[in-house]
Amino acid sequence: MYAYDQRDHAMLAQRTAQFRGQVARRLAGQLTEAEFRPLRLLNGLYLQLHAYMLRVAIPYGTLSALQMRGLAAVARSYDRGYGHFTTRQNIQFNWPKLDDVPRILDDLAGVEMHAIQTSGNTIRNVTADAYAGVAADEIEDPRIYAEIIRQWSTLHPEFTFLPRKFKIAVTGAPRDRAAVRVHDIGLQIRTNEAGDVGFAVIVGGGLGRTPVVGPLIREFLPKRDLLSYLEAILRVYNQLGRRDNKFKARIKILVQSTGIARFTEMVEEEWRRIAGGSLDLDPHEIARIAANFAPPPYDRLEPVDPGFEFKLAADPRFAQWCGTSLARHRQPGYAIVNVSLKPVDGVPGDVTAVQMEGLADLAERFSFSEIRATHWQNLVLPHVRLGDVHAVWLALATLGLATPNVGLASDVIACPGLDYCNLANARSISVAQAISRRFADLKRLNDIGDLRINISGCINACGHHHVGNIGLLGVDKKGEEYYQLTLGGSDDEDAALGDLVGPAFPYDAIVDAVETIVITYMDRREPGEGFLATYRRVGLAPFKERLYGAHQG
Amino acid sequence: MALIKDNALRPDAWVLVADDAELPESDPAIVSFARWRRDRARLARRNGPLGLRLGSDQPPEGVADDLAAFDLIALEFPKFTDGRAYSYARILRERYGFAGELRAVGNVLRDQLFFMRRCGFDAFEVGDDIDIGAWLEAFAEIEVIYQPAAGDTHALQALRTSLSPGPTRMRVTA
Repeated sequence: MYAYDQRDHAMLAQRTAQFRGQVARRLAGQLTEAEFRPLRLLNGLYLQLHAYMLRVAIPYGTLSALQMRGLAAVARSYDRGYGHFTTRQNIQFNWPKLDDVPRILDDLAGVEMHAIQTSGNTIRNVTADAYAGVAADEIEDPRIYAEIIRQWSTLHPEFTFLPRKFKIAVTGAPRDRAAVRVHDIGLQIRTNEAGDVGFAVIVGGGLGRTPVVGPLIREFLPKRDLLSYLEAILRVYNQLGRRDNKFKARIKILVQSTGIARFTEMVEEEWRRIAGGSLDLDPHEIARIAANFAPPPYDRLEPVDPGFEFKLAADPRFAQWCGTSLARHRQPGYAIVNVSLKPVDGVPGDVTAVQMEGLADLAERFSFSEIRATHWQNLVLPHVRLGDVHAVWLALATLGLATPNVGLASDVIACPGLDYCNLANARSISVAQAISRRFADLKRLNDIGDLRINISGCINACGHHHVGNIGLLGVDKKGEEYYQLTLGGSDDEDAALGDLVGPAFPYDAIVDAVETIVITYMDRREPGEGFLATYRRVGLAPFKERLYGAHQG
Repeated sequence: MALIKDNALRPDAWVLVADDAELPESDPAIVSFARWRRDRARLARRNGPLGLRLGSDQPPEGVADDLAAFDLIALEFPKFTDGRAYSYARILRERYGFAGELRAVGNVLRDQLFFMRRCGFDAFEVGDDIDIGAWLEAFAEIEVIYQPAAGDTHALQALRTSLSPGPTRMRVTA
């Protein structure tokens, strides 16, 4: 875990004091809402349908047990006893009062957390692989670089009024668990022919109205040039990104309209001017940050734990949960434990204060006090001894957090939708709940296998519907909620955007339509073939036929 | 308009001259980019300080070869959310080494001063009715910075561990 030093603490204290002053000026009428808006957005404070919403950053998805307790305290003292984990490793509180917000920020600063740049046209919270530091296939821990980028981008004087928001994701493994190809900048740690470790640089991916799988603009960037290269990209974007139309203001539009080759040339030209200067990353500085992410003091264990194997064989419910929840840890005898935040009929990503505290307890007892937030709106206990997994499962079950559906059809990603958001056309949460009920039968759920369903309540695509294996997009048809369906999307290393199936379905028919797609897949799949592979083999036609055939006769 | 410079409200000796108006004999005068392009030869020969005002869609690359002619460059913020001039300021200071006055004009607000100064602005055109004490505080609200910007030549790690831009730190190196 990154531990704040004196300067980090001082900065947060100053920043909170500054925002307290801004809130006071707003409440005294010295700032108009138009003037206050960008200031509150720089501190993660949105004005939503019913109330303010505060978005707190969980940088690169890493949380300590103490921080989780801090979040629980905020939920209990200033909100309605819960928080909502998002797809970008943030947590949102939906009901804070404006004059409480400076106090909330003070409390968060006490546990080394903040809401800086979680909104606004700035460099947002930097995200990373939720399995960073523990994944068996990792080259290097992406959090080291995500933390370096977090510091560099915090209150960056040049890039605080960009044309539009700017999202950076870093992954350290060939398996992409950070969706780097659908970010404004995606960084993939890789090794070049000489054996040096650096980054592949992807620029101009993104979802929203104009979904784009980002192009690679640099095969290999040495580590020491990381910040100068990012600064060059941002400088080109800050000057040339469109400011006349917010729907065309993201960097992906600039990259597309300029052309990838010309855009890359401009970045490289600016980078050559500033490379090796004051942004040069000294190996000692990298080592200083890296020391924060050193592995915890693991026990030396056998790779197989007989007690764990026995319980696995003896208790099918435990085995079922293990089948979806565990991932391979790089340390022998340990497991990565995923915690589903998608109980049947629940709100995807919502966690109560009691659950947060329970998770903090579990992290302290069984996972070196560490918790991770994933971009699938779930949580992770990253270092659990195989011998402790059963105890963790029992405790999670008591907390209502042992749903065995991670990665399956009912592990739905959904934006807040019309229930909270003033941009939405349609509800997302209640559709997610209906899907989870429809696929509640565990035998069937497991028979269907890995399936990603994503729901966005509007074209801004916060539920990442374009990259869902099955994507649902809420649209408004003469005041009625309708949903468009896309198939075949993916946000991992073989990133793809889903294809539109056909006319949208009304609210009452959408869950049936999703089930029809699932049934069609199950009818068409070869033994062992996953949804994406089947779709890529058979194409849209069989799904179309089953969905619309009866009506189109 | 009032002018903040060197941590105080200062009288402004400069006048912005309309494109079709006569320039003063030798008093400090600011001209537009269009005027500069049209009358470059005459303006360069003129006796007296010359300033240039650039719009947010007029990047400084367009006058890169002419910078020696100017004692002041004013960069416009048509809206405070239009952040292009932050980059222009850094390019003028760091790429071209412009050492004259760099003035922020237009929609200049208290809460942007900190960022502007770090990008190399050293003068700020503001409304006449501001509470100068409260505005000057804005420079000192944040003392810990994480990244080098205009005028910071320190290596990154040294910057983070030892540098603190106090309210008097207005140094700009060419």
